[in-house]
Amino acid sequence: MRHFVIAGILVILAAILTYLGLDAIGLLPIPASAQAMSIDWLWNWEVITISFLFALIVVPLVYSLVVFRRKKGDTTDAEHIEGNTKLEIAWTIVPLFIVMAFAYMGAYSLAETRRADPQAMVVNVTATQWAWSFEYPDYGFSSKELRLPKDKQVLLRMESKDVIHSFWVPEFRVKQDIVPGRVTELRITPTVLTAPNVPFKVRCAELCGTSHYSMEEVVIVSEEADFVAWATEQQTLAAAAQTPEARGQQLVVANGCLGCHSIDGSALVGPTWLGVFGREEELSDGAIVVTDEAYITESILDPQAKIVAGYETQLMPVYTFTEEQLVDIIAYLKTLK
Amino acid sequence: MKNMKPFTRGLVLMLLGHLVGYGVGLGLDTLVSGRMNFTASIAGFFSLVVGVALFFHGLVGYRTITRGIVWQILGTLGGALFVTGIRALMGLKTFGPPFLFTEPAWVFGGLAGVICFLLGHGVVDDWIRMARGLDVPEHRADAPGWEKFYSPSLDHKVIGVQYTITALVLLVVGGTFALIFRTELAASGLQFLTTDFKLFSQNGLQFYNTLMSLHGMIMIVSILLGIAGLMNYLVPLLIGAHDMAFPRLNAFSFWIAPPAAVLLLSSLVLGGFDTGWTGYPPLSAKAPLGMQMFFLGVFVAGWSSILGALNLIATVLRMRAKGMTAFRLPIFVWAAIATSIISLTATQLIGLSFQMVMFQRLFGMGFFDPAKGGSPVLFQHLFWFYSHPAVYVFILPGLGVVSELLPVFVRKPLFGYKWIAMSSLAIALVGFLVWAHHMFTSGMNEYLRVPFMYSTLLVAIPTGVKFFSWVATIWKGKISTPMPSAFLFVVGAIVVFLMGGLSGPPNATVSTDLHLHDTYWIVGHFHDTLFGGFVFPFFAALYYWFPKATGRRLNETLGRWHFWLMTPAFFTLSLGMMRIGLLGMRRRIADYDPLQGFDPTHLVLTIAAFAIALSVLIFIINLVVSLKRGEPAEGNIWNSRSPEWQVASPMPAHNYDTPFEVVGEPYDYGLPGSKYVEFAKK
Repeated sequence: MRHFVIAGILVILAAILTYLGLDAIGLLPIPASAQAMSIDWLWNWEVITISFLFALIVVPLVYSLVVFRRKKGDTTDAEHIEGNTKLEIAWTIVPLFIVMAFAYMGAYSLAETRRADPQAMVVNVTATQWAWSFEYPDYGFSSKELRLPKDKQVLLRMESKDVIHSFWVPEFRVKQDIVPGRVTELRITPTVLTAPNVPFKVRCAELCGTSHYSMEEVVIVSEEADFVAWATEQQTLAAAAQTPEARGQQLVVANGCLGCHSIDGSALVGPTWLGVFGREEELSDGAIVVTDEAYITESILDPQAKIVAGYETQLMPVYTFTEEQLVDIIAYLKTLK
Repeated sequence: MKNMKPFTRGLVLMLLGHLVGYGVGLGLDTLVSGRMNFTASIAGFFSLVVGVALFFHGLVGYRTITRGIVWQILGTLGGALFVTGIRALMGLKTFGPPFLFTEPAWVFGGLAGVICFLLGHGVVDDWIRMARGLDVPEHRADAPGWEKFYSPSLDHKVIGVQYTITALVLLVVGGTFALIFRTELAASGLQFLTTDFKLFSQNGLQFYNTLMSLHGMIMIVSILLGIAGLMNYLVPLLIGAHDMAFPRLNAFSFWIAPPAAVLLLSSLVLGGFDTGWTGYPPLSAKAPLGMQMFFLGVFVAGWSSILGALNLIATVLRMRAKGMTAFRLPIFVWAAIATSIISLTATQLIGLSFQMVMFQRLFGMGFFDPAKGGSPVLFQHLFWFYSHPAVYVFILPGLGVVSELLPVFVRKPLFGYKWIAMSSLAIALVGFLVWAHHMFTSGMNEYLRVPFMYSTLLVAIPTGVKFFSWVATIWKGKISTPMPSAFLFVVGAIVVFLMGGLSGPPNATVSTDLHLHDTYWIVGHFHDTLFGGFVFPFFAALYYWFPKATGRRLNETLGRWHFWLMTPAFFTLSLGMMRIGLLGMRRRIADYDPLQGFDPTHLVLTIAAFAIALSVLIFIINLVVSLKRGEPAEGNIWNSRSPEWQVASPMPAHNYDTPFEVVGEPYDYGLPGSKYVEFAKK
């Protein structure tokens, strides 16, 4: 009996210390959305339970190894205890109730994260290998980065152009895969402003190929007034973007081209676009080409036809554009010098 | 050359083979591409297979396994040429860089290579003789010494050792892959696997992905072979059978695994693949050729699981000693049965899902192609229907080892024997109903997520029964100090598996999983379950039964070094992974955002990984040294009640000279005058 009392006290102490320790080091990033609240609430209950169960198993285990170890010279076996049916039933039934309670809490907190606001602002998300593009249909423009107003629910309608991706901003908690051939949805209500120069980031969470790691983009949460000002400015810019170069830039952003082609000369999986027009390139078969309109058009529509030497192993997906769009894109490429 | 020890001769010949193979491959590649490419896939392929073949040639000469591998190489080339010939007649593309043959030629060649391995090795000779109406001896005497381990032996103990050694070899290969990409992750930014790095038609990023993906599958195959090794060696001994029910099927189940391993490894040199071990389409539908070799390798390895499980179930049902009723079975046998039920009935689904992607690539079938009306999510259902129960295949035998060894070391009966036995079955059966918890964010039907959450959480109950029963077994047990290495690993297994078990439920509750899914938290969680459920118990079993197999004990000092180095290093590794996972570290990324501040943790994780590797190296040295110079193990060294320890070590050729009868409970330690088994008088 004495051993049970001592071990029992130690279990409770160890459980409390484990929980306080875990709580003190801070396990999760800051919760920055309404959806994160119910998730963190459930998580906290889980950490409490984990701390208790960890102590409940480890303390008696270590206690036995230390206190009951064999005395010197003792060669006898231990006490013959085969089991205890009441105890076995107890530790089957009690955990059953605990896990059912957690399942109920899990369903409740899932429902909380899915609470829909009919007034939610729609953003169309396009994921490609390896870039994000965000279209604001209310304003009629596309953006490389995601900007959201605080305390207003946003409905993300997400599509993929190639493989499965997954939308995840750790501070918002919720995650949703983006599956080719259909639209998946996610609702987020940001509740925390991003500090200047310390944005959140959307990080693709489903392995989407070799440069999966780099599929990250800036997420900025601002006051609604600031957001509207930014969106209106972008809207004006997009409307004014009636030059071929500006239309080309919009197309390039919307199609995620910059996931593989840099515009500042840095090395990504595709050749850089800095000075791409009119330069000489060596192809994988050793031929030399000048990157004129014809070559660039062919390389967009049939990327495997003439590959620049050194880039054979990374297959570029096939894109389809109208002739006007190709002219706009090439006009944009000519500006990159 | 003749005077060298076989192993040294093998290593010398392997180096030579790598060089010769590289030269041949480089020549062929230059011939078809017209340019000298020193990192060509074909050079890598020939270097790999010729090196392996000559290694075994040095060990055993040109017979059994060597002949199998040579035939596999010839079969692969022959099959590929056959398809290339047909393609030439049809006017399709025949030869070309970077892989010499086209994809259909490689896939058919790979399959033909496996069949040729089996024919060349000789494991199907008896069946061929039977089919031709010729006589086949009931027993075939084994070759003396080491040679029997390369031959199609019918002895379950030899096959058990074959499985175990292959598992250890693959454990080292998979671990080495992990060390390479773990080194790349030690700091943010790409260090050496950059876009300028070129090897086997891959740049550094692709090579990272290939290593990361192969680490997963090679470790899985290693675990499957490891548990098969334990079950093959132990189950007939524990139930008093002279062998498995179908010895030839048993040999076949093992010998189909080596050609599968060659296929898996060839994916590394044939362009690699970037999908992770899960191979989700559409990504896997457009990955390089390595993807197909990976799919084919897993497909072939699956046969080993299915046939091995069938054999084991038949053995336990039909060949138990007199008096061995269901609840007098050694507890490990219950675990083996539970595992085998899953392997026998679920493995088909991973084979099917991979085969469907293979056919999508080869024949343009649109199973998972949305443009043709297919569904990418369907693949995930088929894949996880096996791959979730599979994790119970990996852990149940290990948990059985823990339950089997605990009573021996604490000198007390196993607390709640029937409950532990039934909990294994319960885990196996509930495990069939939980697969979609891997898909909570996948876009599958929303309302299905809640029932799968309930069913998944149910797994916690039988798992809890095991933990509570283990603690009750240890409570008031008399443990001798210093604790033997085998027991240290049992305790380590319990604590590590506890960490894995406790980090599980947050992934089961849907809302928290929305945050945790596809992060390093999950990576830490499943490394905990697999180390606690397989790696630690596997080592415990090797320390415990190595004397039974060899007649010599493993060195205890090295054993303690192994344990006290591996355990803290592993805790650092898994807890560190979970910590950064919660903070936003994604799975399977080649590089991470330095702004997240994970650099110091990743450096620690890399050091911990190397410490684990060092501890495994200590174990392997122990294994090699103790084989020759270990302390002789005479009699019942663990003072166990189990039948295999009542006879001489190493175990006699046909197990028990006289049959035994079960006369008591298996774990009645502390009950004076009781016995588990009684041998018949001669």
